[in-house]
Amino acid sequence: MIRRREVSALEVFRAVRDRIEEVERKVNSYITLTLEAAEEAARAADDRLAAGEDPGVAAGIPLAVKDVLCTKGIRTTCGSRILENYVPVYDATVVSRLKRAGMTMMGKANMDEFAMGSSTENSAFGPTRNPWDLGRVPGGSSGGSAAAVAAGEAIWALGSDTGGSIRQPASFCGLVGLKPTYGLVSRYGLVAFASSLDQVGPITRNVRDCALLLALIAGHDPRDSTSLNVEPSDYLAALDGGVRGMRIGVPRELVQEGLTPGVRKAMERSLEIFQELGAEVEETTLPHLDYALSAYYIIAPAEASSNLARYDGVRYGLRVEGKDMLEMYGKTRAKGFGAEVKRRIMLGTYALSAGYYEAYYGQAQKIRTLIVEDFRRAFQRYDVLVSPTSPTPAFALGEKVEDPLAMYLSDVCTIPVNLAGIPAISMPCGLEDGLPVGLQIMGRVLEETTLLRVASALEVAIGFRERPKAGRGVG
Amino acid sequence: MIDEKDVEYVAWLARLELSEEEKERFTRQLGQVLEHAEKIKSLPTADVEPTSHVVPLKNVMREDEVMPGLSQEEALSNAPRREGGYFLVPRII
Repeated sequence: MIRRREVSALEVFRAVRDRIEEVERKVNSYITLTLEAAEEAARAADDRLAAGEDPGVAAGIPLAVKDVLCTKGIRTTCGSRILENYVPVYDATVVSRLKRAGMTMMGKANMDEFAMGSSTENSAFGPTRNPWDLGRVPGGSSGGSAAAVAAGEAIWALGSDTGGSIRQPASFCGLVGLKPTYGLVSRYGLVAFASSLDQVGPITRNVRDCALLLALIAGHDPRDSTSLNVEPSDYLAALDGGVRGMRIGVPRELVQEGLTPGVRKAMERSLEIFQELGAEVEETTLPHLDYALSAYYIIAPAEASSNLARYDGVRYGLRVEGKDMLEMYGKTRAKGFGAEVKRRIMLGTYALSAGYYEAYYGQAQKIRTLIVEDFRRAFQRYDVLVSPTSPTPAFALGEKVEDPLAMYLSDVCTIPVNLAGIPAISMPCGLEDGLPVGLQIMGRVLEETTLLRVASALEVAIGFRERPKAGRGVG
Repeated sequence: MIDEKDVEYVAWLARLELSEEEKERFTRQLGQVLEHAEKIKSLPTADVEPTSHVVPLKNVMREDEVMPGLSQEEALSNAPRREGGYFLVPRII
């Protein structure tokens, strides 16, 4: 609409800014707002349009950027006290790509500290609330990104996903969230959590926007040595393919105990829809997925304990003085990190320490191999695999904060995907007691097109149009 | 199972000062998570190769050309303490 000049970028900016002024106090989607720069970007897009120039695909689209992505000259906290005053001197590659495409960045979205969490309650800047029910969590760790889009405080958002951090909040907030294939999107400028698992991806209201945003951020980056040297596909063209003749597998390991009745019902309804649309649906088994959660909670903390060693109070971030270096390190990290980050650093350090390395870390890496092989075998038979995104809809604030294991179980369906490096998308597929339920669709490496095609077919068939209370009136 | 001595040792390795209350709480919580992780030990994996990374990667090289980098001022701009173009730390020796 902006490109057709039916509405100006400035008008869109103002509508979303007004929305932020109305609901941000209640929802707390953002850690830092950048409204002045956003207004300027919107004006610039309008100027280019008026001059007959191409303003870029994302011109005038208000975006929330998860505060784990470096933004030049704008503080990037990662939801942590230790980076409270950190101002990057460079942009993450995905940020500079979106700037070139004309985006209007409204601000930096709230998140669980260092992306560790499933509720955004681990943020040092206070929890984000779910726009569907302010007493509930928006999911996490990209909870600010998802809440911003759900509440109408942004049109698109960027998140990051290490074990479900894009898909689970998208599911809790009734949105589309995609974790791309490992290596498809550059991680240059993404603050590292677990480097063999982290990926950046889109959170949007519909599949078409998801495809558009993915197309803008995907592609090789010489600055990220883990970035795949492949041409991104035509994601938009993939949307209309339909599912007729497709084979869809449902891994029974991901639909076990712990599913709420509403989640089970919404998933079964989606499976019926796929069959009505001409796909073949059957139950299958990926036996090693039962071990994925345990393996993940060794591998991810192990990588995190190593990545987070850099926060030492010397080059950037918080410093608490001590009588010597060791005391300075210990006090800086004690004050700068929150409880969950400390837990994961300790867990990872323990799993990597002499005497335990083989039993925990070595064994977890072997299980990872078995999981990769399970998926490879399944994808010989099936085009996609589906499961619920999370076993439950959004839970109440405070419900799981003091029970790390219960919190971790919220990611039981999403974690295997990161371990295998494959892409997956979460789609809204129904409501349970007025709260959105998400369906996860998993695909082969670099087959984002297939995921988008299946997701689009479901979107059309279900016609999920519900909007949260706090998000009403903007569209 | 992990006890408070282990927690103290691991915290020292990780350069984290813990309060008494944290030691008690983390001992309990890490115990729960590790108990769950025990599950992975039951799987026979003698013949399985470990996966550290899912993408087959070789060393990624580029030509050894001078590229623009950070200026000294930029590199130091986030330093908690600095002096004369250096990061300042407590006396080491």
